[in-house]
Amino acid sequence: MSESRQLSDKMTSHNVVIEIGGLPIEVQTADSGFERLLRGRYRDYVNPHATPEFALRVQLAPPETIDTDADAEVWLEGCEWRMMRGDFRARWNPAEGQGEVFQSANPYSIDAVLRIIHTLMLAPEGGFLLHASSAVRNGKAFLFSGVSEAGKTTMARLAPPDVALLTDEASYVRKVDGQYVAYGTPFAGELGEPGKNISAPIAALYLLKKATENRIEEIDPAEAVRRLLRNILFFAHEAESVRQVFTSACAFVQAVPVYQLSFFPDQRVWELIG
Amino acid sequence: MATDKTYIAQSPDIASSTLGDDTMIMSTLDSTLFILNSVGTVIWKAADGATPLSRIVQEKVCAEFDVSETQALADAKEFVEKLAQHGILQVSGEPVPCKEMA
Repeated sequence: MSESRQLSDKMTSHNVVIEIGGLPIEVQTADSGFERLLRGRYRDYVNPHATPEFALRVQLAPPETIDTDADAEVWLEGCEWRMMRGDFRARWNPAEGQGEVFQSANPYSIDAVLRIIHTLMLAPEGGFLLHASSAVRNGKAFLFSGVSEAGKTTMARLAPPDVALLTDEASYVRKVDGQYVAYGTPFAGELGEPGKNISAPIAALYLLKKATENRIEEIDPAEAVRRLLRNILFFAHEAESVRQVFTSACAFVQAVPVYQLSFFPDQRVWELIG
Repeated sequence: MATDKTYIAQSPDIASSTLGDDTMIMSTLDSTLFILNSVGTVIWKAADGATPLSRIVQEKVCAEFDVSETQALADAKEFVEKLAQHGILQVSGEPVPCKEMA
């Protein structure tokens, strides 16, 4: 990189507004190359017309050999959330809607930080990220949740052409005007593709189980909450945060039908959905 | 160990919700989840720190369920001790000052 370009990068801020779930975050970087990375990675979620309500400053550091599979630690220090994993450290001030992250130009790092920040923003209003694939059919959203290998990505792969995928990995659930809405996210799983940047009211949550035949069964509400909590993505352990996530899960189960979907992994399962 | 002069109170370090006949309780200290059946829910809801466990059993459990008082009290003692071990209930030989109940 030429010296003039280095100086130019240091003097300018390259801002990208990434809007997920209707929450626009302006990601600020002094590095034009990292800006290009952001615009490419989140291309369907970059909204230059949105008025950013939140800002996240990225400070780049040289790359290191690190473990991106390590668990992230999230904790509250005063009024600020702190986040740390082998490949980044970050802070987020919810009252100011601002934060900062120190990382290398690693897309998985900014992915993780954005996911964590969104979980922190969603929790107080009853929303959450869920280990689930989700899709829209006939104007309604359907979520398919389960632990690893339960079939989340399989359900996404088997979806027929009239189904729009929101995600095959991390479903975005938000409570809007008393209704639960699912949003598309750029957080891709094995499919490797971002979800469609659309949203729809949630008609049902299916808890997945691989079987030799397709069957939908009702689940006892308490069992639904128990299984939902196992799959909600949340990283903080503060008492109030735990209380918020628990309350959100209970409220969700009381508002949205939750079923067990036992399914044989072929396209016929989608005849039961929507 | 719970006795006939046992008082029970809901711990402040929990979040709870009643769904149907069951009550779900989550420890905010370690996120452990408990599901109480209908009998457990009756005891939990009556755990105000001021009512002895024996009276809860007599006036709430036996009044609602077909069970002898002796059996119900023995079961209740075992139940509250288990919840106390997980920090969900406070158990004392004296009345317990209680926060607003969940």
